[in-house]
Amino acid sequence: MSKEVFNPKILGFLCNWCCYAAADAAGVSRYQYPPNLRTIRVMCTGRIDPAFVMRGFVEGAAGIFAGG
Amino acid sequence: MEAGRSPNIEILSNADLLALEGKPGEFKAKLRLRPRYIDADKCTACGLCTTYCPRHLADSYNEGLDFTRPIHIDYPQAVPATYYIDPEACLHLKYDTCKICVPTCRSNAIDFSQKAKEVTLDVGAVILSPGFGRVPDSALEKYSYGQHPDVVTSIEFERLLNPSGPFMGEVRCLSDQRHPHKIAFIQCVGSRDLGCDNGYCSSVCCMYAIKEAMVAKEHDPECEITVYYMDLRTQGKDFDAAKTRAEQQYGIKFVRAKVADVMPWRKNLKLTYATLDGTHGFEAYDMVVLSVGLDAPASARQLAEITGIELNKYDFCKTDAFNPLATSQAGILVAGAFQGPKDIPESVTQSSAAAGIASGLIKAQRGKGVVVKTYPTEKVLGKDEEPRIGVFVCHCGINIAGVVDVPKVDDYVKDMPGVVFHAQSLYSCSQDAQKVIKEMIQLHNLNRVVIAACSPRTHEPLFQETLKDAGLNRNMFEMVNIRDHCSWVHANEPELATNKSMDLVRMGIAKARHIQPLPEQTVPVTRKAVVIGGGIAGMTAALSLAEQGFHTSIIEKNDRLGGQLLNQRYTLSGASTAALLEQVTEQVNKNKLVDVLTSSRLVALSGFVGNFSTVVATRKGKAEVEQTIDHGVIIIATGGRDHQPAQVLGKPLPKSELIITQQALEQQLADTKGKGRAPKSVVMIQCAGSRGDDLVYCSKTCCIQAVKNSLKIKEISPEAQVIVLYRDLRTYGFAEDAYLEARQKGVIFIPYELAKPPVLSGNAKKVEVVFYDPILREEVVFNPALVVLSVGTVPEDTEELSKLLKIPVNSDKFYLEAHVKLRPVEMPVAGVFLCGLAHAPKPLDEIIVQAQAAAAKAAIPLVRGEVDVEPIVSNIDKDKCIGCKLCVSLCPYQAIEMVKDGKLSKAQTIVASCKACGICAAHCPTFAISMGGFTNEQINSQIEAFGMALEGAVK
Repeated sequence: MSKEVFNPKILGFLCNWCCYAAADAAGVSRYQYPPNLRTIRVMCTGRIDPAFVMRGFVEGAAGIFAGG
Repeated sequence: MEAGRSPNIEILSNADLLALEGKPGEFKAKLRLRPRYIDADKCTACGLCTTYCPRHLADSYNEGLDFTRPIHIDYPQAVPATYYIDPEACLHLKYDTCKICVPTCRSNAIDFSQKAKEVTLDVGAVILSPGFGRVPDSALEKYSYGQHPDVVTSIEFERLLNPSGPFMGEVRCLSDQRHPHKIAFIQCVGSRDLGCDNGYCSSVCCMYAIKEAMVAKEHDPECEITVYYMDLRTQGKDFDAAKTRAEQQYGIKFVRAKVADVMPWRKNLKLTYATLDGTHGFEAYDMVVLSVGLDAPASARQLAEITGIELNKYDFCKTDAFNPLATSQAGILVAGAFQGPKDIPESVTQSSAAAGIASGLIKAQRGKGVVVKTYPTEKVLGKDEEPRIGVFVCHCGINIAGVVDVPKVDDYVKDMPGVVFHAQSLYSCSQDAQKVIKEMIQLHNLNRVVIAACSPRTHEPLFQETLKDAGLNRNMFEMVNIRDHCSWVHANEPELATNKSMDLVRMGIAKARHIQPLPEQTVPVTRKAVVIGGGIAGMTAALSLAEQGFHTSIIEKNDRLGGQLLNQRYTLSGASTAALLEQVTEQVNKNKLVDVLTSSRLVALSGFVGNFSTVVATRKGKAEVEQTIDHGVIIIATGGRDHQPAQVLGKPLPKSELIITQQALEQQLADTKGKGRAPKSVVMIQCAGSRGDDLVYCSKTCCIQAVKNSLKIKEISPEAQVIVLYRDLRTYGFAEDAYLEARQKGVIFIPYELAKPPVLSGNAKKVEVVFYDPILREEVVFNPALVVLSVGTVPEDTEELSKLLKIPVNSDKFYLEAHVKLRPVEMPVAGVFLCGLAHAPKPLDEIIVQAQAAAAKAAIPLVRGEVDVEPIVSNIDKDKCIGCKLCVSLCPYQAIEMVKDGKLSKAQTIVASCKACGICAAHCPTFAISMGGFTNEQINSQIEAFGMALEGAVK
């Protein structure tokens, strides 16, 4: 067994109106979650070009999160 | 902050009103401006003077829990951000010595030659908002306040919890600075207290005590907190949910008991209390917090003398339920706690309403003397001009810096390409920090700014304004959220949170390198309003808009105006609601600026703020006739109605005509022709169907209604027996007087617990209530002539309209406002406003104020005549567009049209409809569509920077 802790880096695309707002609300309510996510704000998840997702993987993301 | 920035608001601090003469439209207000002894134009709020000032002074901003100096500023975000000298404490002003501060000030701002000035202002209307005062210390003495340092008021405790407070946000005992492990809150100190002549309920203390207790628990989860209360009055929107959370999630204990006294006991405090059943208990605590009430402002009587307004018996401003913001003097309005104790959302609502009424009073002067803010000419960015980025990392007090290593993040950015300046700031949103940002933009010729702080959703406009002030296009800005998305949510992993902050900042800077200036655009506004719902809220809103000079159409689904108020008869003070309704309906019908469409419904809505188009269908006999109305704003006033509970206290409701609702009782009591209209004996059951059964929330009005009807019964037949079974009797504010009166007149109030609820049974001829009496400590079986249920309020079908207008509702199906405290009458969709029961249950006076506030807010775009379009909308490159129409078919807002371009047809954005979602840009096969602020280039550079951050994390 590997001793290394699974510590994936996740790239997230957050919709300004819902998921980004929800992430703000999570902050205001002090909900705690693992610090593995790095986020990019977009005005709608509809903005996410599939090419962005591919590019994210190319850059080494373990997973892509789209929140909208 | 926003008030401080507005060019049309002049703030005269350190000022006293000396005299007021004249009449509405032409008042003369004489003011005395006390000297600050500091030149506001020169002071940079650097704080050097305070460090040199030799004299200590109890810091009144921190409730005397900390020290400051006679020359000081209360807190970093204070507006105006100018220091001042306390003349009562300054050694020079008092004893003509010292003056050490004068040479220390680098900008020569200290000026002891300043004298008090008197000025006279010509004003059209006056709004009184002096706030609230303190309850007298004598009311606190029995709890050992002033004798033991660990007995504090809730306001002092609030300062202890605050990051800028005396212990930097740590809760410590004032006696020996230890962390308290057991804290007690005592409610109703100085309110509901005839001992200090404050018979009223202060309305806010239960909720703020819960908030403070929850924050204290967040500071120290091990801390045991108990709240001692008489009735827990969390009657506001979603407040009950917060109380449940405090109890279940945070483990805060609530004990219904009167506290007799608090005495010092060794290192601790001994609290003696008596519960309902008459037993006494003792408990030791490290700290006792007194939830002090809101007293009338100290200046109330003086203000009354100067302005001629009348006060009520508690020295608050005397007002009328039908016209809640009018004082007894025409043209003088009141807003906030001076009108009666209230919380922030209601104070903000009142202030909007008062501003709207005042604006109506002076509409003849509209547009005169308005200062339009001018900005320096925007710097034109050269085509290949290198990015010069300034990065500011915010501490946000300890909100960020308490978790994230801010200096490390600041240091991290120094070698990044494009970054020419970087710095930290304590609160980057404060006025002094804005000044620094502006100066740095000029000093270092910055052309892009990155702020690592909180959410762009709340703070982007503020920083963009600063950029404009500095001559930059406001889009040359990127915000990185290292508070809401980092320090707050990774509070226990400071190192990982710091890494995440560094990654996010790096990605933000990568994007910033590619941002380009975007042009500002505006669209004209149709100066008309539509109000949905013709109840008292809708009619009040329409009349307020008419008062301001704007045309309104009221859409009412029933065949007559009036709504829910048609079912009411009288107010707590006995005034006739029918008379009010008649008067308002007549005003609406007579007013040429108000169109009434009864038997009508909204069928479709298109457009955007300033340019809505609504299709209304009106029933004419069996057919429906449709018409289209063009308008600039919408006010939703769809109202609510009495809930019809299926379940009462966990059991199905027995069928009997002897069980009626409060509303039916009110109608019966008001019917003066009715014989025997007052029942000989009656049991009222509160929260029947609310707070646990079908509805989870509190309906705010039922307790007052029950007291009102009890008093009416006693008025008609004093010998009638009235028993009210309740959980928490929520006669907040001045309604508490009526509660006392009811008890004095022999109405019996008996509390019940959910664990032992009253049991109701009956048939057509007889009803029976079995309940537990905590004083007798036994079950009572009673057969009253009538059982009256307080059933609560539900919103009138919000679902359909919420889909049609794309506006949210909360879990209880009431519409959800844009921001509970800051934007209480606005919806998240621009140009849509909210008032009345559709927002939440509330009594008549609050509905009227809310309707006036919604109208005041709705009038803003109507007065301006134009709205600004966010510059981040989509932009289609004609040369690249191949006219495939894919974007047109995908756009959810119908914001793209095809236009002829020679022989070809090309796509073009309708900017005012565009919501900048970017679906078009993500699908355009030729990459012809660019989203302002979210270009492919920018997002790709962010992804790339994410990858680089990954490499960094491997180390």
